[in-house]
Amino acid sequence: MKPAKFTYHTPDSLEAAFQLLGEYGDEAKIIAGGQSLIPVMNLRLAQPEHLIDINAINGLSQIREEGDIITIGALSRHREIETSALLKERLPLLPEAAMRIGHLAIRNRGTIGGSLSNADPAAEWSLMAFLMDADIEITSARGTRMADITDFIQSVYTSDLSADEILTAVKFPPIAPGEGWAVCRISRRAGDFAIVSVATTICLDTSGAIENLRLCIGGMDVTPVRISHVEHAAVGQMPNEAWIKSAAEVASGIGSPESDMHASAEYRREMAAHLTAEALREALKRCGGGA
Amino acid sequence: MKKVAITLNINNRDVDMLVEPRKLLSDAIREDARLTGTHVGCEHGVCGACTVLVDGKPQRSCLTFAVQTQGKAITTIEAVKGNNDGYSALQQALHEEHGLQCGFCTPGIIVTFEAYLKENTNPTEDEIRDVLSGNLCRCTGYQNIIRAIQKAAAVMRGETPGAAK
Ligand SMILES: Cc1cc2nc3c(=O)[nH]c(=O)nc-3n(C[C@H](O)[C@H](O)[C@H](O)COP(=O)(O)OP(=O)(O)OC[C@H]3O[C@@H](n4cnc5c(N)ncnc54)[C@H](O)[C@@H]3O)c2cc1C
Ligand code: FES
Ligand code: FES
Repeated sequence: MKPAKFTYHTPDSLEAAFQLLGEYGDEAKIIAGGQSLIPVMNLRLAQPEHLIDINAINGLSQIREEGDIITIGALSRHREIETSALLKERLPLLPEAAMRIGHLAIRNRGTIGGSLSNADPAAEWSLMAFLMDADIEITSARGTRMADITDFIQSVYTSDLSADEILTAVKFPPIAPGEGWAVCRISRRAGDFAIVSVATTICLDTSGAIENLRLCIGGMDVTPVRISHVEHAAVGQMPNEAWIKSAAEVASGIGSPESDMHASAEYRREMAAHLTAEALREALKRCGGGA
Repeated sequence: MKKVAITLNINNRDVDMLVEPRKLLSDAIREDARLTGTHVGCEHGVCGACTVLVDGKPQRSCLTFAVQTQGKAITTIEAVKGNNDGYSALQQALHEEHGLQCGFCTPGIIVTFEAYLKENTNPTEDEIRDVLSGNLCRCTGYQNIIRAIQKAAAVMRGETPGAAK
């Protein structure tokens, strides 16, 4: 099918974009990479009267580190994140997660800001943002505000953005030297959205006990979920197989997964346990700077 | 809705057209520029038949509006060729390895890998499979396409064809 009619705008500054958003309100939609919006426009599930293309606005696509905060501009393409030398060194989970998004041609166009605004619970950037407690920078004619990811992504396809606001950047902490990490997912075919995905970071102390653990799972609830009781209880534990098995067991009980055309709830629970164990083992191998 | 006059640079040629903003790049290429080598399968980004290069990078022409690509260099299958206007190494290898049957998926696969093999001159089979996952083929079962891509990569590296298997 073909999209319904719309008027096309290409503001070249944030100010010009705010003016258009103010003028057209709910009748307008922002377009970034278009890789989620155009499919739904082609299916006429979305029929915005005005399309505000933010691609001509400068300064929204840098990836930079300042004082232990990595800022990724909203217009950074998935492929730019996948190939960023800075991220490969300081936050290698992001390039690894980016690789799994759709296909090369989708990654060349789709943006991190578009993905987070879209709030798909199975999206890689939602998982990464929940795992790392990312902060979302939102700008409007009223000024700039920061939102915690858990406040920003509220439910399936529901993010905390008013009609006059633009997501301008995402802020991540880098991982510590020697911190292990892993991103694991399962999908029917390469390039499909994940059915279940798990991401983790692990820091060990000099005795080999766990000093700090992040563990996040997607596909089990309306947003990705941090498994905080496993994270807290892990501190001081030795990361042996028994511990991995118990963490995997908790993961399989998380959330309230639904049965849909992609997988049954039971299958999701089984995959949650399996992927959690796999992610923890993989992250432990990387602890202390291992490959 | 009002049509707008735009100029697209397709295969190093400026093409003037009068289109509605809602016109997809895929349709502008096929209907306005009259280049029908770019195919349209699903119109939601899944099949890869509509893939073209925008500033040298593979993109879905069904997930871009024509008005968005003014000032960019668009490359379609019609511009892919080898020396003396013959086949490119990849086209030749697809021919030799029986890498196509109906040919519907082929333009998308060729433009994707013409770009990818420049970036990665010696891809592993896994890497090829990963990139190829973005192009659905209902005929071949992919084996011969993969073999052809490996062969083309070898030829492009200056190695003797046939060494890849
Ligand atoms: C075949 C296919 C497979 C895919 N597979 C995956 C996958 O495996 N994993 C995955 O995570 N994603 C996948 N995607 C989705 C892809 O990652 C999209 O690129 C992404 O979800 C949306 O980003 P975009 O820049 O294209 O946003 P757009 O499509 O331009 O916009 C999406 C929504 O966000 C709004 N928006 C965009 N940018 C902003 C902003 N800066 N501020 C405020 N609102 C904004 C738009 O108004 C729109 O409502 C896939 C897509 C396709 C077509
Ligand atoms: S027609 Fe564009 S991806 Fe299928
Ligand atoms: S050759 Fe027929 S779809 Fe690929």
